[in-house]
Amino acid sequence: MTGRHPGTRLVASLCSSPAGALDASVKVICVVGFVTAVVATPPRAVLAFAVDALLVLAAAAASCLPARVLARRMSVETPFVIFAVLMPFIGTGPRMDVFGIGVSVPGCWAAWSIIVKASLGVAAAIVLAWSTPTAEILAGLERLRCPRALVMIAGFMVRYLDLVAAELRRLQIARISRGDDPRWLWQGRAVATTAGSMFVRCFERGERLHAAMASRGFTGRFPTTAAPQRPRRWFPAIMWPLVAWVVALAVLIP
Amino acid sequence: MSAPSAPPAIEIERVSFAYPDGTAALSEVNLTVAPGERVAVLGPNGSGKTTLVLHLNGILAPTSGRITIEGICVEPGSLAEVRRRVGVVFQDPDDQLFMPTVGQDVAFGPANLGLSGDALSRRVLGALDRVGLAGMQTRAPHHLSFGQRRRAALATVLSMDPNVLVFDEPSANLDPVARRELAELIVELGHTTVIVTHDLLYAAELCPRSVILDDHTIVADGPTAALLADSDLLGAHRLELPRCVTLSGLYPGG
Repeated sequence: MTGRHPGTRLVASLCSSPAGALDASVKVICVVGFVTAVVATPPRAVLAFAVDALLVLAAAAASCLPARVLARRMSVETPFVIFAVLMPFIGTGPRMDVFGIGVSVPGCWAAWSIIVKASLGVAAAIVLAWSTPTAEILAGLERLRCPRALVMIAGFMVRYLDLVAAELRRLQIARISRGDDPRWLWQGRAVATTAGSMFVRCFERGERLHAAMASRGFTGRFPTTAAPQRPRRWFPAIMWPLVAWVVALAVLIP
Repeated sequence: MSAPSAPPAIEIERVSFAYPDGTAALSEVNLTVAPGERVAVLGPNGSGKTTLVLHLNGILAPTSGRITIEGICVEPGSLAEVRRRVGVVFQDPDDQLFMPTVGQDVAFGPANLGLSGDALSRRVLGALDRVGLAGMQTRAPHHLSFGQRRRAALATVLSMDPNVLVFDEPSANLDPVARRELAELIVELGHTTVIVTHDLLYAAELCPRSVILDDHTIVADGPTAALLADSDLLGAHRLELPRCVTLSGLYPGG
């Protein structure tokens, strides 16, 4: 593989958006503050969630994040949505009729709570990921005194995700090229072997990585390296979680 | 009174190594490399070349025998200094480039040596400049071409200001232009260099002297041109020049 990575984005253009110019540590704090406010909001405070949704859309606009991209990336929460949709049918307590089908009222509210809170949280994370290069998010976590070992492990994961995915693709192609086409669970022996092989390869890569780190003086203590940093301006970004918290508290405190 | 002569850059004396399961990887290896010398270690797959590389900076410790680097014995108490003096460039740059950005990766080694702030930045920028990657410090490693990744891997050890460079299969997976550029760079750097390879032409291009490692020990040591011209010797150790080279008569006996 000698070509450039197909996923290379024009980081410079992203950083030229108002949100892109902010320091990553500010954005991480704002996202965590916003998500905790959303989680703290009672499910029946529908209007509060409408305000939160407007806040997310405003942040997306400030990040120059196209609505289509936001919608596509939000598909990551589909498994949670499927689980939530089942809740009105399997929930207990008082029931009501919807188009002739009996559904649980507490189940409906629980489903609503999961879907709305997950959607707002995922959307906030997508805005952060869109407006901030990964290296800056990691550097931001480091500046927020997140343990170095955890930041390094997260960095390794990001760094090697593409490589592991590419390796998995090569193994799959090799498997399919030799006529493997499992349809049923009991035909999945080759798939299971592929998973085992991936585990061994990842483990071996980990060993080579450790040798490379030790070769450059690593003795178990992670050093602080040069990391990208932008000016730490809190206003107006901090208004995002603050408004969400004010709305949540207004509902919580009668 | 004559000045005391400088100690050998690398001195390997009767080094043997066996993996924990008892598999012998090196057996009574002897090798001396003078300061400023460029030596190729040639050998077929499985001959112990990479194991030998891992001994040069103490990643592996010999079962018996002794290794000294510029007069310093490689032992637990000297590993930090040995790893500063010996820069190992591994075969797969993806094993060596593990940080989120190229700049952070190049800073990893000198930061482990205790450098920080402006001194660290100068080292990083200087190393990247020497390998022709100036201005690439904020790029993610997976956004570089393979040739650039190989040079970035070299920058990660140059930033530690080593006296000895060790390359494990440096020409592997490189296109012809990247291969030539790397060869020119190695010559230009002028360090004491050990190149472990089974690419005989690359060895001939870069190293006036070569040794052949086979069956876990060194079986030949001499001028590269003389070794490559001895077809019986090469054949006995599963080494072979490309057919077009033997037909060209460049190495008459090869």
